[in-house]
Amino acid sequence: MNESTTKPKPNYITAGNTAKSWLLTVDHKRIGLMYLLGMTFFFLIGATAAALFRFELATHNANVFANDTYNRLFTMHGILMVFFFLIPAVPGVLGNFLVPLMIGAKDVAFPRLNLASWYIYMLGGTFTLGAIVLGGIDTGWTFYTPYSSVYADSQVILAGTGVFITGFSSILTGLNFIVTIHKMRAPGMTWMRLPLFIWAQYATSIINVLGTPVIAITLLLVVFERALGFGIFDPQKGGDPVLYQHLFWFYSHPAVYIMILPGFGVVSEVLACFSRKRIYGYEFVAFSSLAIAAIGFFVWGHHMFTSSQSPYAGLIFSILTYLVGIPTAIKIFNWTATLYKGSILLSAPMIYALGFIGLFLVGGLTGLFLATMAINVHLHDTYFVVAHFHYVMVGGMMMAWLSGLHFWWPKMFGKMYNEFWARVGAVIIFFGFNFTFFPQFIAGYMGMPRRYHVYDIEYQPFQMLSTVGAYFMGVGLIICFVTLVSSIFKGKPAGKNPFKATGVEWNQADSPPDQHNFTSPVKVDVEAYDYTDERIYQDT
Amino acid sequence: MNLLAVKTRPVVASDYAEEVDALYNYLLGVSVFFTVAICSVIVFFAIRYRRQSDADRPEATKDGKLLEILGSVIPFILVMIMFFWGAKLYFDAYMPPKDAMEILVTGKQWMWKMQHPNGKREINDLHVPVGVPIKLTMTSEDVIHSFYLPDFRKKMDVVPGKYTQMWFHPREEGVYHLFCAEYCGSEHALMVGRLHVVSPAKYEEFLSSGGMGAMAEAAASDDPVVAGKAVWEANCVICHSGPGGIGPNIHKAFGSMRELETGESILMDDDYVRNSILNPNDDIAKGYPAAMTSFKGQLNSTQISQVIAYLKSVSEADQ
Ligand code: HEM
Ligand SMILES: [Cu+2]
Repeated sequence: MNESTTKPKPNYITAGNTAKSWLLTVDHKRIGLMYLLGMTFFFLIGATAAALFRFELATHNANVFANDTYNRLFTMHGILMVFFFLIPAVPGVLGNFLVPLMIGAKDVAFPRLNLASWYIYMLGGTFTLGAIVLGGIDTGWTFYTPYSSVYADSQVILAGTGVFITGFSSILTGLNFIVTIHKMRAPGMTWMRLPLFIWAQYATSIINVLGTPVIAITLLLVVFERALGFGIFDPQKGGDPVLYQHLFWFYSHPAVYIMILPGFGVVSEVLACFSRKRIYGYEFVAFSSLAIAAIGFFVWGHHMFTSSQSPYAGLIFSILTYLVGIPTAIKIFNWTATLYKGSILLSAPMIYALGFIGLFLVGGLTGLFLATMAINVHLHDTYFVVAHFHYVMVGGMMMAWLSGLHFWWPKMFGKMYNEFWARVGAVIIFFGFNFTFFPQFIAGYMGMPRRYHVYDIEYQPFQMLSTVGAYFMGVGLIICFVTLVSSIFKGKPAGKNPFKATGVEWNQADSPPDQHNFTSPVKVDVEAYDYTDERIYQDT
Repeated sequence: MNLLAVKTRPVVASDYAEEVDALYNYLLGVSVFFTVAICSVIVFFAIRYRRQSDADRPEATKDGKLLEILGSVIPFILVMIMFFWGAKLYFDAYMPPKDAMEILVTGKQWMWKMQHPNGKREINDLHVPVGVPIKLTMTSEDVIHSFYLPDFRKKMDVVPGKYTQMWFHPREEGVYHLFCAEYCGSEHALMVGRLHVVSPAKYEEFLSSGGMGAMAEAAASDDPVVAGKAVWEANCVICHSGPGGIGPNIHKAFGSMRELETGESILMDDDYVRNSILNPNDDIAKGYPAAMTSFKGQLNSTQISQVIAYLKSVSEADQ
C-alpha cells in the first residue's frame, strides 16, 4: 500500500532472486513453482510420446514404429503421466502454493521437508528418464508380473526405482499438509470455514500417506525378483503373479482418488467464484471427500474380475464400487445446483470447470459399466477402459488442473493472461478431447484390446478419428501454454483480487504474495464463500 | 445406426452375448439420460444466469430437501439394478454346464495352443462344433495372457502356474475374433487367432483329418524323427518356417553356418540347436529380434533330441 516510491515492492519471486536462493528455498510458494517447472517438463515428454504413438495408431497396420518401440512409447506415456503429472500436479503445484495461503499460515509445517520432497520427486524423475534413455521400459504403467519381474527385456529396475523414489515425495507432502492443516490455521479459520480446496487436499494427503507405501514396497519386490531372483510373483519359483495385481491395485485404485480429489477441490473454488455463490451443500462436499478416500481402499478388486480372483470377492468389490460412485454422483448434483440463480461468468477457468463436470460425468458413468461384473468381463482391457480412465484423468483431472492454473495464475505471477486466447484454448481442448476419446468407447465395446499397435481393420475408423482429435487437442494445449507463458512477460498487472473471489489468499495477500505471505496478521471472521463480504470488492 | 456403413456393434455370437447386450443397453440408457439431463441443465443455467442477465436471483436459496432425497435414492436404485443384473449374468457365465466339451488351451508368448479331446492340436485357430457348449481349461507357459472372444462377450486371464476356466456356447457357424487381451510383451498385438464355429459333421472331419490330427500319435512314436516332427510342428513351426516368420527359417538349415547379430557366424550343430532352445538369447540370428523365449521346463531332453533328429533328417534329405 505504500506506493511512495516507484520501485515495486519485493515479492516472493523477486526477493533475493539468485539461483542458489531458489535451489535452497524453503518458501512453499517457490517450491510450488519449482514443481510447476518439473511437472511441465515430464508432462511434455509424456505428451510427445502420445503424439508419436497416436500417429502409429491411425491405421490398422504398422507404419512407423516396430512393436517394441510402440510398447516403450505407451509405457513411458503412462508412467510419466500418472506418477509424474496426475498424482503430483495439483498437490505439488497448487497445494504447495495455496495451502498455507488459504489457511492464513506463513508456510507449511515442515518447510525443509517440503524442499526435500521436491528433490525426491526430481530424483525419481531422473531415474525414470534414465530408464527411457537407456533403452526404455515396456511393461505398461501397471508393471504386471511375471512379465515385469522375469520376462521383460527392458529397464524395469530403473523405472521401478524411479517410481519407488517419487512415491516418497507424495508421502512427505501428504504428511506436511496434514500437519499444516491441523496446526497452522489462522485465528478464526475453523474447520467449517476451510475452503473446499483444503478439504480435498486433506483427504488426498491421507490417501497418500496410507496408500503410497504399499506401491513402494510392491515395486521394490518386483525389483528384487528381477535383480535377485526372489520368488514372490514368479510361479516357477512358487510365487503368485496375481498377488502382484492385488498389491498394485490396493494402491492404484485409491491413487485414482489421489488424482481426482484435488481436482474436486479446484472445481469447487472456481465454480463458487464465477457463480458468486457458496457451494451448495458445503458440508456434504467436504465430508464426502473423506468418505470417498476411506471406501476407495476397498474396491481394488474391480480391476481383477477376469484375473481368476474369487467370484464372491468380486461381488463385494462390485457393490462397494457402486457405493463410492454415489457420493461422487451427489457431488455432481451439488456443483450443478451451485449454478442455480448464480451470477455466472464464463471466464477461462470457469469453462474448464464446467467442462470438467461434463467430462467427469461421462467418466464416472462409464465407470459404472466397468463395475458391472458381466459387462466388465467383456470390456476389461479393451479401449473402453482406456476411454474411461482418460475421461476421468484427462477430462476430469487435467481440466481441473488447467482451471486451477488459470484461476490462481494471477496470484502466482501477479499478471493477467489474455482472456480471449485462454478461452479459445479451453474450448479447443474440450472438443479435441471428446473427439479423441469418445470413439474409443465404441472401439472398446466392439472388442478392440488395448496396447495393440496393429489391429483388425474394422476398428480403424475409430482409431483414425481419435488420432485426428488428439492433434486437435494438442493445438488447444499449445494455445493454452503460449497464452500463460507469454503473460509473464506481457501481461497486465493483476491486482490483489482480479476475480473478486473470497478467501484469505485473495483478500489478505498481494499478487504475487510477499515472501512471508502476509504483511499484516491474518484473522478470519467470515464463512467460506461469503460473497456479501465487502472487503472482496475493495481495490487495493 | 450404421451411418457411413461403419460397424459400431460387435457380432452377437451366443445367447449369452445377447443378454450382456441387453444389460449394456440398460446402462447406456441410464448414462445417456443423466449426461443429457445434467449437461442441458448446466448449459441452461450458464445462459439464464449469466452475469449480464437480469434473471431473478433471491439472496438465499432454500434447500430443496425433496430433490436431495430423490437425488440420492433414484441413483441408488438404478445402480443396484446394475449390480444384481451384472452379478447374475457373471455367475451364469461362471459355471460351465456338465455336458460341455473340454478343450485345453495353453498361452505362450505369442501364440495360442489348443488341444482337442482326442488329442488333436492346433495353433491360433480353434475349431468347435456349433450348438455344443465348449469349456476351455487354460494355462500359460510364461506370462499372463487373456483369452478374449469379443463376439461372445467373454474373456478370462490365462495364468502361469494355475488353470483357469471359461466356457461359451456358439449358436451360429462362422469365424470369430480371438484376441490376447492381457499385455504380454513384444508381439502382444500379434497374439490373435480365429475361432471357427463349424457344423458337427465338419468338426468330426476336422478331428480325424491328417496334418496335425495325427500329431498326438506321432509324438508317442518310438521313431525319433517322427516324434521330432510332432515337436517341431507343435512348438517351432509357427515362427521358424517360411520367409516373413518371426524367426529365421531353419527348417532345412541343419549343418550350415548361421550368421549372428554380432557379425560372427556359428555352425548349426546339435549343441547349437539345443542351446538355442534352452537359452535363445545367447546367440541372436542376424536381422531378427531377440523374441524367442526359453523352452526350459517345456521340452524335456528327449524331446529336444527328437527335434534335432528331425531337423537333421530334413536337411539331409534335401542334399
Ligand atoms: C464413479 C467413479 C468410478 C468408477 C465406478 C470406476 C470404475 C472403474 C472400474 C470398474 C475399472 C476397471 C476396468 C477394467 O480394467 O476392467 C476402472 C478402471 C480405471 N479407472 Fe475408474 N472408476 C471411477 C472413477 C475413476 C476416477 C475418478 C479415476 C481417476 C482419476 C479412474 C481411473 C481409472 C483407471 C486409471 C483405470 C484403469 C487403469 C488400467 O487398467 O490401466 N476411475 N474404473
Ligand atoms: Cu479402480
